[in-house]
Order: sequence, then structure tokens, then C-alpha cells
Amino acid sequence: MGELILMKGNEAVAEAAIMAGCRFFAGYPITPQNEIPEYMAKRMFAAGGTFVQAESEIAAINMVYGAAGAGARAMTSSSSPGISLKQEGISYLAGSELPAVICNMQRAGPGLGGIQSAQGDYFQATKGGGHGDYRMVTFGPSTVQELVEVCVDAFDIADRYRNPVMILGDAVLGQMMEPVDLDQAKVKPAPAKPWATTGAKGRKPNIINSLYLQPEVCEKMDYHLQEKYREIEKNEVRVEEVYLDDAEVVGVAYGTPARLVRAAVEKLRDAGLKAGMIRPITLWPFPSASFEKVVAGTAAEAGTGNRVKSFFVVEMSSGQLLEDVRLAVAGRRPIYFHGRMGGMLPEPEVVLAEMRRLLTDPAAVGGEYGLNYVVPALKPEAVAVAVAGAVHARGAGDMGGTGGGAR
Amino acid sequence: MSTRIFGRPESLATINFHYCPGCTHGIIHRLVAEAIDEFGVREKTVGIAPVGCAVLAYNYFNLDMQEASHGRAPAVATGIKRVMPDSVVFAYQGDGDLASIGTAEIVHAAGRGEKITVIFVNNAIYGMTGGQMAPTTLIGQETTTTPGGRDPAKSGFPIPISEMLGKLPGAAYISRVSVSSPTHVARAKAAIKKAFQTQIEGRGFSMVEVLSTCPTNWGMTPRQAIEWLEKNMIPAFPLGELRNWEKEQGQEKAQGSQVEVKH
Ligand SMILES: Cc1ncc(C[n+]2csc(CCOP(=O)(O)OP(=O)(O)O)c2C)c(N)n1
Ligand code: SF4
Repeated sequence: MGELILMKGNEAVAEAAIMAGCRFFAGYPITPQNEIPEYMAKRMFAAGGTFVQAESEIAAINMVYGAAGAGARAMTSSSSPGISLKQEGISYLAGSELPAVICNMQRAGPGLGGIQSAQGDYFQATKGGGHGDYRMVTFGPSTVQELVEVCVDAFDIADRYRNPVMILGDAVLGQMMEPVDLDQAKVKPAPAKPWATTGAKGRKPNIINSLYLQPEVCEKMDYHLQEKYREIEKNEVRVEEVYLDDAEVVGVAYGTPARLVRAAVEKLRDAGLKAGMIRPITLWPFPSASFEKVVAGTAAEAGTGNRVKSFFVVEMSSGQLLEDVRLAVAGRRPIYFHGRMGGMLPEPEVVLAEMRRLLTDPAAVGGEYGLNYVVPALKPEAVAVAVAGAVHARGAGDMGGTGGGAR
Repeated sequence: MSTRIFGRPESLATINFHYCPGCTHGIIHRLVAEAIDEFGVREKTVGIAPVGCAVLAYNYFNLDMQEASHGRAPAVATGIKRVMPDSVVFAYQGDGDLASIGTAEIVHAAGRGEKITVIFVNNAIYGMTGGQMAPTTLIGQETTTTPGGRDPAKSGFPIPISEMLGKLPGAAYISRVSVSSPTHVARAKAAIKKAFQTQIEGRGFSMVEVLSTCPTNWGMTPRQAIEWLEKNMIPAFPLGELRNWEKEQGQEKAQGSQVEVKH
């Protein structure tokens, strides 16, 4: 254990990046992440690196592209509207196979939205917000300590797979102060980068590029990326499983809402109720295996590891994480959803009360506030189809139901 | 004993260019490669290819190269140069790339005084996408999006980027040249060398705007294109230096004191 210091999330992630060997940072001011570039401006030069306040988020991501292509560990950060501007650059990073870390301290949207915490950029981050068919490893940390640890992990994964990695935080996480033990983050040295454009000295020129004008060649490159993504899915899932051995209702959340769900689970356990939690730490790759473990077989076969009756997804968005949960559960259990939007946080009492009702009186769920949906389980025949092709499970079980829409 | 007096520069790759007959992109590539060879910096140079007809420049230079997204080459150059301060970094950009979609990036790279060199190929049109209006399209010039000729009332005026950048304190060397005759080519070569020298000596931002032909989209033969450039483009975009740190230093010395530099 190292020393515990009190740090703001934004500052902690910046310090973690420097610890991880990040030596190039470019950013553009936007609330609620301003402390990241400000911290970098103060620290980066002394650490032997460079900070540039770019003319725009577009310029910043392209500076990161250049620096990463030259072999440096490089990072940019922003918040939702600025992240939208970076999407073309992120797509180029993915297409050119360049490692870089992008931090998004999400705020409310769409449009200029608001500056309070939200999670509306989940799809953008996990499904490829830019053009083309690419994937970006996405972390959804929920404490300042975890922000530090995933940041170090992010640089390592970016380098090992030559792929952009996003840290998907939110305004609360960026702004809150918590004790941090920086020594807990295990920094791995950057690998050699023989592909980097460092000057063609004693070797053939290196080219950083994503243009393939012949479709056969472009498809080959796309297949290569797909193989890489399958490797990442196999090796890089990070998840916290809480009381899954005997949980009957499993909460699912990431980032700030995960703190509320986690607290509710502990309270329910204290009351002798079998609550559990799956907390995805990587949002892509998604921890589908954790769901499979607790829903495999039929509900009638309930036994160890298979007692789960339902899932309870909490988000600061309208059901984006929910879609990945639906794909993983594939109609085998009902999924209840509670969401807040616009910068409103889910209320701890509401989360606790909903989860308690799910455990004791499921018919009564559907809170007073927020968006509340039920995705019912499918009939057994339909489940067989859904499990055979989880992708097609998207159409199953319409949203709507008990709680009914926003209140 | 024979001495080699002319050959392919080492900084150019030994493959054929894809440029149209009479297009002057190829001449400009050669001048850049010669300058890099003459400074002996090939092994520490990184070039940036644009989105435009020169997109495949990463195959044409025998150098480490990066392909930038449309207009962002100066930002990419900034990232490279900042993490490798001893390298020589140049961006090669067309007028749509630099003066339209990438205006913010070029202005701010110059404003920051990034120690990079930009080769700005002004052919008054969008070549690659088939001859649409560029920000540098002349008044009256016919393009696919200015049928009947560019009318300022409908589509505004050409943007004199070099004059604009020449006003910025971060810009150390800004020059406009042409490659429409052997004399002009020789002058263009000297300017490109000066720009690289500016970077190598760490003087600040350098850019050479090269007036270039696009016979294909201008709808002309190569010869007509050269004539059209000299007759129409040079008057609209006068040649010469808009900024030269060396001359400004000379002026300061001559006057024996810190003077306000006029540009
Ligand atoms: C974001 C984006 N917008 C548009 C394009 C399409 N595009 C490709 S080249 C080009 C214009 C290039 O013109 P210019 O920079 O003048 O270079 P030239 O082809 O004349 O050498 C455009 C608009 C693109 N590739 N990316
Ligand atoms: S289209 Fe124009 S600029 Fe492009 S290669 Fe042909 S002549 Fe040159």
C-alpha cells in the first residue's frame, strides 16, 4: 500500500497518464474536464513531455494521431460535444492501428445539453462513434482509484493491440475528490514500436495510413482488424462480479450509477436479501460471460450460479447499456431498467427501493421518477432462437410495460 | 570518371506517379525531395500526405510518412514534431485541404510557430473530387460548382492564405512561388530550401505556396494550363516572400536597434 492522497478524478487521471508514460497531451477546454488539460499544462513539461492547447478538439485528436504515429504514448480528453468532434480522428486511429487514449468525462446531451453528469455517449464509445467498422476498447470506471488503474491499463492495451482506448467517465467522476493510492496502478513499460515514423534510418520507410483503394485489400485489412477485436474480446474483459454465487436479482451499472447500485446491494444483503451485481469495467469488450454464467439453463433449473430471477439496469441514459445486457441475457430473464437523463442522478433511495421490490414483490416495480422499462423474458421456444443468434435478440421483448415512460 | 549531374533524388521512391499528364504536383514532389537530400536530413524526416490528389504521396517519397485526414496535416505535424523535436517534419497540402477544411489547423500551427514546413499546392480547384470550387478559385473561374464562373455575390472571394499567415508572429518564412517555367522552378526550389532551412535552424513556422496546374479539371491541355496559370493566377496571387526571418534580422541590424518589423 502506498500513501493515500486526496485527488479530484480529473487530476488523478492526468497524473495516472503521466505515470503510464504519456508524454504528449493535446486538449481543448470544455467543462467538466478542464482540470485534465490544466493539470497536464502544469506537469507535462517537467515530466519531459509536451502539452498543447489545441485550436479545437479536431486538431487535438489529430495531434495525438501524429504523436502516436511517431511512437509516443499520447492522450487527449474532452467531454461529450468535443468527443463528437473527435470521431473522424478516432476512426483514423483505428484504421491506421495507432495506440492512443481518449478520456470522455460525459455531460448531458444531445446538442449543447448541459454540464452535469450523464452517460449518453455509451453507444458512441462502444459501437464505433466514427465512420467505418471499428471497435474501441472502452473503460467505465466508477471510483477515482479505478480511474487511475484503468488509465494505466488503457495505455498498455492501446500499445499491445495498436488501437485507440477510451476512458468513459462522467462529470461526477471527474469532479469528485477521493483518496487515491497511485502505487496500486501497475505501469507496464511500452513495447518497442518498430512501425513508428521516427525517420527511415537504416530501414525501409514506415507509413502510417488507412487508405486502401482496392476493395480486396481493404477487406483484408478490415478482416485483420476483426481478428484483433476477437482477440481483445477474449483477453481484455474487465468486470466486477458481486455476490453472483447466490444472487437472485442482479444489478448492472457502470460509472457513477454503479456506486449507487453497489450501495443498494450491500444494504439489501444486510437485510438478508439476495442482491448481486455485475459491474462492467470494460464496456467494450462487454462482460457477456458473466451474464451467461448466471442465466445458462432454464429458470426451473435454478441451482448454484443459476438462481438469478431478473436483472436491474441503472443508467444516466435512456437504455444504452441496457441493449448490451439484452444481447447477453438473450431473453432468458426479464430485465428491469431505471434511468435518469439530462444531468440528473438516479436517487439512491429509488434505486434501493426498486431493487428491494424486485426481490420481494416484482409486480410492484416501476418507480415514481425517471425512465422505467421492463424487457420481459421470452417464452422458452423463442429463447432457443435468441440464444442461437444473440444478435437477433435485439427485437425481442418490447420496451414499455409497468413503469411506462418518463415521469 | 563521370560525375552524376542529374538523377532521381534519394528521397523520392522509385515508382511512377499517378498524376495526370501536365499536372505539376510531380515537379513539386521532386523539389521537396531534392531539398531534403541536399540538407542530408532524409533519415530524420517525416512527411505528411494530405487528402487530395497528393493522397498517395506517402508512396512517392522514400521517407517515413503519415497520412492525415482532410485538412489536419498541420495538427498531425505538430504531434510528430513535438515528440521528436530533432526531426524534420513537412506537410504537403492542396488548397481545399489547407485553405478550406483545414483553415483552423494551418492558422494555428503558424500562430504557435510550430517548427514545421508546409508545402501548399494551390491549383485553384478541387482536383481529386472532380473540379469543384476551391477557396482559391479565381473570380470568374469556371468550376463544377461555379457554373458560368465564380461570382463573388454567390460564392465569395478567393482567400489569400499566404498574405494572412505572413501577418502572424509565429510565421518565420512564407513565400509564394510558381512552377510554370524553368526560371520559376529554380526559384521555387530556392524557396523550398529556405523553408526547410528555417525549420532546421529552429526559426519557426515555414510555408511555401506553390501555384500549380490542374489541366484535367481546368479543361485544358498542359500547355494551355501553364499559360492560364501565368496569365490569371500570378496576377491574382502575386509571387514573392511574404515573410522572411533572415531579411527582418538584416533590417534590424541595419537600423541598429529593435525595430518593429513591417510585413
Ligand atoms: C472529411 C472529408 N471531406 C471531404 C473529403 C473528400 N475530398 C477528398 S479530396 C478533396 C479535395 C481536395 O482538393 P485539394 O485540397 O485542392 O487538392 P487537389 O486534389 O486539388 O490536389 C475532398 C473534398 C474527404 N476525403 N474527407
Ligand atoms: S486532377 Fe488535377 S491536380 Fe489532380 S492529378 Fe490531375 S491534374 Fe493534377
